Amino acid sequence: MRRFLQDWAHLLLPAGVLIAGLGVFLVIRAAVVPKSFGEYGHYRGAALEMIRQKPVSYAGQDMCVMCHDDQAKVKAAGKHATVHCEACHGPLAKHAEDPAANVPKLPDVAVLCKRCHEQDPAKPSWFPQVVTAEHSGGMKCTECHQPHSPHIATEADAGSGRGK
Amino acid sequence: MMIPGVDGFMYPNEVELQWSVLIVLYPYITGLVAGAFILASLERVFKVEAVRPTYRLALLTALAFLLVAPLPLQLHLGHPERSIEMYLTPHRSSAMAMFGFVYLWYLTVVLLVEIWLEFRPDIVRMAQTAKGWTRLVYKVLTLGSMNVSPAARAIDEKVGYFVTVVGVPSAFLLHGYVGFIFGSVKANPWWSSPLMPVVFLFSAMVSGIAAVLVLYVAAMKVRKTPVDMRCVDTIAKYLFYMFMIDFSLEMLDLVHRIYESDESFRSLDFMVHTRLWFSQVILQICLGTLLPLALLAITQLWRVAEGKRRLMYVVASCLTLVGIFAMRWNVVIGGQLFSKSFLGYTSYKMGFATREGLLPAIALMLLPFLIFWVLVKLLPPWLKRETA
Repeated sequence: MRRFLQDWAHLLLPAGVLIAGLGVFLVIRAAVVPKSFGEYGHYRGAALEMIRQKPVSYAGQDMCVMCHDDQAKVKAAGKHATVHCEACHGPLAKHAEDPAANVPKLPDVAVLCKRCHEQDPAKPSWFPQVVTAEHSGGMKCTECHQPHSPHIATEADAGSGRGK
Repeated sequence: MMIPGVDGFMYPNEVELQWSVLIVLYPYITGLVAGAFILASLERVFKVEAVRPTYRLALLTALAFLLVAPLPLQLHLGHPERSIEMYLTPHRSSAMAMFGFVYLWYLTVVLLVEIWLEFRPDIVRMAQTAKGWTRLVYKVLTLGSMNVSPAARAIDEKVGYFVTVVGVPSAFLLHGYVGFIFGSVKANPWWSSPLMPVVFLFSAMVSGIAAVLVLYVAAMKVRKTPVDMRCVDTIAKYLFYMFMIDFSLEMLDLVHRIYESDESFRSLDFMVHTRLWFSQVILQICLGTLLPLALLAITQLWRVAEGKRRLMYVVASCLTLVGIFAMRWNVVIGGQLFSKSFLGYTSYKMGFATREGLLPAIALMLLPFLIFWVLVKLLPPWLKRETA
């Protein structure tokens, strides 16, 4: 029996190496996997609190409208009704906190408009799109279009003050 | 606006291929591992004594290629240090994440244990006779046991048999999974097929058997030792049978696609006749399948002189390896060349000295041979009558 056990004993060695490897792995895993991992899903639960503590960048549409209701009304009546202010003007939480100290720059329309309206066959055909180089001949989009209500201004519109 | 290399309509995210030549290498290398191991299991489990001379060689081949198998993926994804996350926080719904465990199981529990059991007498002998630092290496490899008594070896034999029995389905799982990854992409009609894991599995066996045959003949040539013709005849016979099954499955898939002729068929058919004509029809089907099958069939049907027969086996195996590589290429690259709108085609431009270019691909393909050479030096797989 002793001899039999002796002849089997060497098989315990690779098994020991594997178990030791598994043990080292479990120790590393316990040390490096954050405690909150899996709390809500396949991610670190504490990450939500960390994200919550980050400074807010966007003020939100409602905040913009509180002061800029004239532009908001124009926008609400036009094609850009569903585009939020900060989608074009950028994050403006600081401006909302202290409007005098943080005056935002106007966006560069030469870059901004074509982000959405440059022609691309992958876009749906109903979506307004142009080959900007051919369409404007180098002119700024705002020479003809009012960004808050981008339809081409007519005399009637000019009389009623729309598109400003 | 015309985009170079693009014909017709492509969605913007389809123009550039995301899965490069490295992703071609990954199933190719994994397939060689699975195939080599299954050849080894022929001797151990299925008692095909004729292939005994290649048993140890096949195990070392499998290990050399298995060690390299994850590298193309890591090079492709970047940040290889993050791959450990797959084990630390496994995502059970991800097939790719689960592969990490299949890989680790296969490497540690199957292959390393089987190699250790098989080579133990050699390791113990070298630990007693070697000099300098190599003695230390062998001493470490003994794991502290010098017991190679006939009784202990008989136990090793039984346990080795059990490990191989477990290893065969593990090898099937390892490569079946690779096919599953492609076959389960339901948005891609070129890949989405329940036959994909089976086709990958049989092509893996074919490539692994061919690789071991070539390595064995090459090793015998280098060592100036006569090739055991009974062994290579048997390997070639199994290669032929496996290849016939693999080819039949691929043809079944093709016939099924032609007969079904779903909405993707015209687009895929056009692609095979244009962009994939050389790699699929010429390289994979004609040169990589029909020609080696014909060569192998000739050796099975007629008596061919020994020298010619050996040459035919080697040529057929080399062509097979090229053909299976072309098959992986056509699956991975071909599946990304056509638009999901079925209205356009893009091209694959491979870089050279870039992270996913030709140069790293060649280096990754040569690396297993370098590892194989080191393993052969460390654990000579030659049988007694070959070491004369």
